[in-house]
Amino acid sequence: MRLLEHESKRILEKYRIFLPKGTLVGHGEPLAVDGPVILKAQIPIGGRGKTGGILEAYTAGEARKGVSQLLTSTIRGYTPKSVLMEERVTVKQEFFMGITYDTVIKEPVAVFSPVGGIDIEELAEKEPDRVRKEHFEVRSRLPVYKAREIIAETGLSGKLLLGLSSVLSAMAEIFLDYDATVVEINPLGLVEDGRLIALDCHMEIDDDALFRHPEISALEKDASRVEGERRMSDFERDASKIDSLDHRGVAGRVIEFEGNLGLIIGGGGASLTAFDAIRSHGGRPANYCEIGGNPSVLKVKELTRLILSKPGVDRVAVIMNVVSNTRVDMVARGIIKGILESGKKPAETVAVFRVPGAWEDEGFKILSKYGVPIQDRTVSIDEAARIAAKSAH
Amino acid sequence: MAILADEHTQVIVQGITGREATSFTKDMIDYGTKVVAGITPGKGGQCVHGIPVYDTVRQALRDHPAQATVISVPPALVRDAVIEAIENGITLAVVVSERVPRRDTIQFLEVAKAWNARVIGPNTLGLISPGKVRLGMAGGPVADVLKAYMPGPVGIASRSGGMTTEIANLLTTRGIGQSTCIGIGGDPVVGSNFLDLIPLFARDPETKAVVLFSEPGGVVEEKLSELVMDQHISIPIIGFIAGRFVDAMPGIRFGHAATIVEGTRGSTKSKIEMFRKAGIHVAESFSEIADIAKEYL
Repeated sequence: MRLLEHESKRILEKYRIFLPKGTLVGHGEPLAVDGPVILKAQIPIGGRGKTGGILEAYTAGEARKGVSQLLTSTIRGYTPKSVLMEERVTVKQEFFMGITYDTVIKEPVAVFSPVGGIDIEELAEKEPDRVRKEHFEVRSRLPVYKAREIIAETGLSGKLLLGLSSVLSAMAEIFLDYDATVVEINPLGLVEDGRLIALDCHMEIDDDALFRHPEISALEKDASRVEGERRMSDFERDASKIDSLDHRGVAGRVIEFEGNLGLIIGGGGASLTAFDAIRSHGGRPANYCEIGGNPSVLKVKELTRLILSKPGVDRVAVIMNVVSNTRVDMVARGIIKGILESGKKPAETVAVFRVPGAWEDEGFKILSKYGVPIQDRTVSIDEAARIAAKSAH
Repeated sequence: MAILADEHTQVIVQGITGREATSFTKDMIDYGTKVVAGITPGKGGQCVHGIPVYDTVRQALRDHPAQATVISVPPALVRDAVIEAIENGITLAVVVSERVPRRDTIQFLEVAKAWNARVIGPNTLGLISPGKVRLGMAGGPVADVLKAYMPGPVGIASRSGGMTTEIANLLTTRGIGQSTCIGIGGDPVVGSNFLDLIPLFARDPETKAVVLFSEPGGVVEEKLSELVMDQHISIPIIGFIAGRFVDAMPGIRFGHAATIVEGTRGSTKSKIEMFRKAGIHVAESFSEIADIAKEYL
């Protein structure tokens, strides 16, 4: 879960990292403006400056206009519900600091660069010498001396070195204390009086650790935080309702596509494989989905009906990997029922049925009763996809 | 030979009294795996399928020596369960549990490293060395495992549990057996990724080729390509990369927690390019995996 900038900054504050003076403003709230300000839309994406999510203002009038402009705009699918208005800070130098997990080495890694305000991946590629990366252990954390070792390698010294090191060490504390997967301050600005100020902050919290952080998991449920993300189509919304009909298995991650061949595929890896294979054989999928975990007959039936209700879709391909947990007969029953309830004939509607594994003999019996040809485990996923793609032309 | 575990490996099951663990423990025993004890704190003295249950790993190992554990406990308890096993001398932990906080995973992996123990998972269906041993629930009931898997010279490592069995099934139906088949787990951080496992397969005299099943997301395939080039790893590797259509849909998570393209990072295009550069065979279609494997046997 990605926190909004102002939410992340509240955490920085707790760890005594300096911030610009700022206030959070929502719809119709009064503004007290004293000097030039920066207005920042509170949405959970990076690169807001490039997408019109950050504005400058010099007077109260401009600020009011800017805030209402941001609050009524849609930026990469998100509609901000609040704007962070901050004083404009003049900085002498900018730095980059980040903590994340190196998923290959399997350790946390601290990243520091004396060049801030830029895309760090790009800089690391072009000028690797200006980006320091160092791994550390969760159990020993990142003590200040270790942070000093990292930063001193870039040639910095004196009071600046001490200040930067304590910020980096504090960030590592936050990273571990909050079960974050990313904590990034970019840029961290050095101001005239020698203080280091976090101008922007990006934090992501591990979804699987939210149970340890009730205050953050409450934010996630708060609908007034932000509006947006990828808009679901009506079809996708209906599909997600089907998935919550009961708790038996999943029939989820339904994504609508433009094609004419309905897909009932699963599990995760096999769905990706089958979808690619159908396209490579010239098939045009009407949807993506992942079923698994032994979904109920009801769910499979409703999903079949929904897919067949799409205009132009009169065939469904049913492809799964060799199943062990999911029962073939339950899937077969759901498919047949869904087709019958849609007023269609199973033998003409099933483009392919390739689900071998647990209870396959019972499943195959059901299918043959309705004249649906069976592809057993000797037919590979891509052969099944070819059969389906050919039949839907 | 097989890697990681064989017919002599003695196994404990942590969380054995849970519904899922009870069921896969039976499947493991039916397949011939030497399950010697189970652990569920507070339930010591009970029995599951004739296997004695203990409160602690230490007590269990005192009566029944073991080298491996299969762990299926609630997410919040996984870290301690893994560390408990390793500190008592277990050298292979298969972590079936899903939704383990990443910090916990990293923490038990630090302990594993210090003790020189190996971890498979979290979020894995487990591993099978056909005809020898099966740890976890890969493949389901024994009748189904016997249909899909057979002993032979090809290793499998897969980011998808279901596709581990699917690949074994493809090879088996084409008359090609397997040495060891591992679902590495669907999380972004797993105890043993492709980089950790390929050198083990390369050292195994029985394994003549390895099949990798990849998905979008992460950079482990790119790093593996570098490793293969730098260390001149010569065992033939066949890579199948599913989800090519996902490149055009950054930010959307598919199947597993790790399956997400962030910007251009983790795209299948970059993985395929790097595999090719390193001399790893990229199977264009799923069936082609078997065709390529045949060339090396």
